[in-house]
Amino acid sequence: MLAIQTEDLTKDYAIGFWRKRPRRALDRLTLGVECGEIFGLLGPNGAGKTTTLKLLMQLIYPTSGSASILGLPIGSLALKRRVGYLPEHPYFYDYLTAEELLTYFASLFGYAAAERRARVTQLLDQVGIGAERRLALRKFSKGMLQRVGLAQAILNDPEVVFLDEPMSGLDPLGRRDARALILELRKRGCTVFFSSHILSDAEALCDRVAVLARGRLVAEGRVAEILAFDVKGWELIVADIDRALLTRFGAQVSKATEIAHGRYVLELPGAAAPDRLLAELTAAGGKLVSLNPIRETLEDFFVKHVSADADAARGPAS
Amino acid sequence: MKVLASIALNVFRESVRDKVLYNLVLFAVLLIGASYLLGQLTAGQDMKIIKDLGLSATSIFGLFIAVFIGIGLVWKEVERRSIYSLLAKPITRVDFILAKYAGLVLTLLVNLAVMAVALYAVLGAMTLLGPPSLVAALDAPPLDPRLLLAIGLIFVELALVTAVALFFSTFSSPILSAAFTFGLYIVGQFNADLKHFEQVVDSPAAAWLARALYYLLPNLAPFDIKALVVHGQPISAGYVLMTVSYGIVYIVFVLLAAALVFARRDFK
Repeated sequence: MLAIQTEDLTKDYAIGFWRKRPRRALDRLTLGVECGEIFGLLGPNGAGKTTTLKLLMQLIYPTSGSASILGLPIGSLALKRRVGYLPEHPYFYDYLTAEELLTYFASLFGYAAAERRARVTQLLDQVGIGAERRLALRKFSKGMLQRVGLAQAILNDPEVVFLDEPMSGLDPLGRRDARALILELRKRGCTVFFSSHILSDAEALCDRVAVLARGRLVAEGRVAEILAFDVKGWELIVADIDRALLTRFGAQVSKATEIAHGRYVLELPGAAAPDRLLAELTAAGGKLVSLNPIRETLEDFFVKHVSADADAARGPAS
Repeated sequence: MKVLASIALNVFRESVRDKVLYNLVLFAVLLIGASYLLGQLTAGQDMKIIKDLGLSATSIFGLFIAVFIGIGLVWKEVERRSIYSLLAKPITRVDFILAKYAGLVLTLLVNLAVMAVALYAVLGAMTLLGPPSLVAALDAPPLDPRLLLAIGLIFVELALVTAVALFFSTFSSPILSAAFTFGLYIVGQFNADLKHFEQVVDSPAAAWLARALYYLLPNLAPFDIKALVVHGQPISAGYVLMTVSYGIVYIVFVLLAAALVFARRDFK
């Protein structure tokens, strides 16, 4: 059984005031997400990511097509007990404290008072806002609200969790914590479905990704496959060398940029052998600072597919 | 049921923290201030005027609570997107509407109860401090228990207005919802005139339309028994029962309509 399945899921919005006309936000999306995997839904703004999540949460209704989660029809109460959801830019009742909010939500899942208290305390500590539990949410920063959002999404120990831009508003520390939380969820067997335009997070976390553009699915695959590209080049940072020395390697270096006195960023073509160059540089007194292969990233993948889709949409005449 | 109670209690908590209950202080100050002034100006009529003023103030303050919280209750959840997290929890949209309504009615009930206590306290103080001859000459006892009957009908009337405000707030902005709700409240005071509209117009179509509107729009005039209570006039149990039943049936239909609209709505 698939954790999440959509079949030709389509959503049209009516736009215009007097003469309403449909605008397709999601176009026949067919997806399958395996149980226990972390699945990333990627795409630029307006691609249909949030629409997909809202459809799966039944905050909006599909124009056509269908979807099921854990084999159950979306929107059923039995299903809602088994899933969690973090909306994009979450907002909560600002007159409540974080503890009160989570206690309130826990009561909707039918937890008994003692269990509720224990669960809320544990979650607030887990997302790193245990010290602010009694602070009104109106005093919370965007990042802290995002942490509250993550906590409420996993309050019921869900089997499937939907996260809409989970890293949005988080500082580097918060992003690291959120990544750890998502990986921890997977370790417990939870299926994580998240949308993002922060590709490094998808690269670091996802088993599989799908790319949406203009409401259409343009690519889908395992991240490992997508990232298994040849090395396109090398980036070498070296120190304690002078420009005269660099001219000796002119043919091997495609670009040299001085970033500080005697410190250079050298770009080498993919076919070059950096170890030989490196040996010559160090023999001449230079020091290696870093060496990185330049590979096609998910960002390149993303841009390539979205651009191809935009070209197709413009048609051959343009 | 527990889920409904949790959401309803949260609505009540929101009202308390939004300082809605502050209006009660204003009510008490108004009542005590007015009773002092009237005690200086009138002879023998002050008890009646205080009762009339107290019941009218209860009705007006309650109306403001019903409309101003009712119109924002659902709208605010949707506009601020707090509804996204809430509807992902194991509740239905119908539960949401019913619970929000219950929470608002609870707020209203607490307000009216405190206002009733304040009114009785002022009347009690005036009875103790006033000359006994004047108290004996009144149409109705100063601490008339029928004041509670009048407040009870005000409560049902305001519960109906709350349902109307909630209905509009499921699909409309607060300004429009407030305009519609106040409009219906005013129309509701004169609705009975529509029933026999054929006596003042010749057109059968207009008379038919007026009759249709009479049944469609709320008829709020029967809920107002202030004058009868203040002047010690009789009120039959059948009348009260009929009026309360009408209120409940109307509320059920309005909430059904609100739930229907809300259940089909997309939260873009």
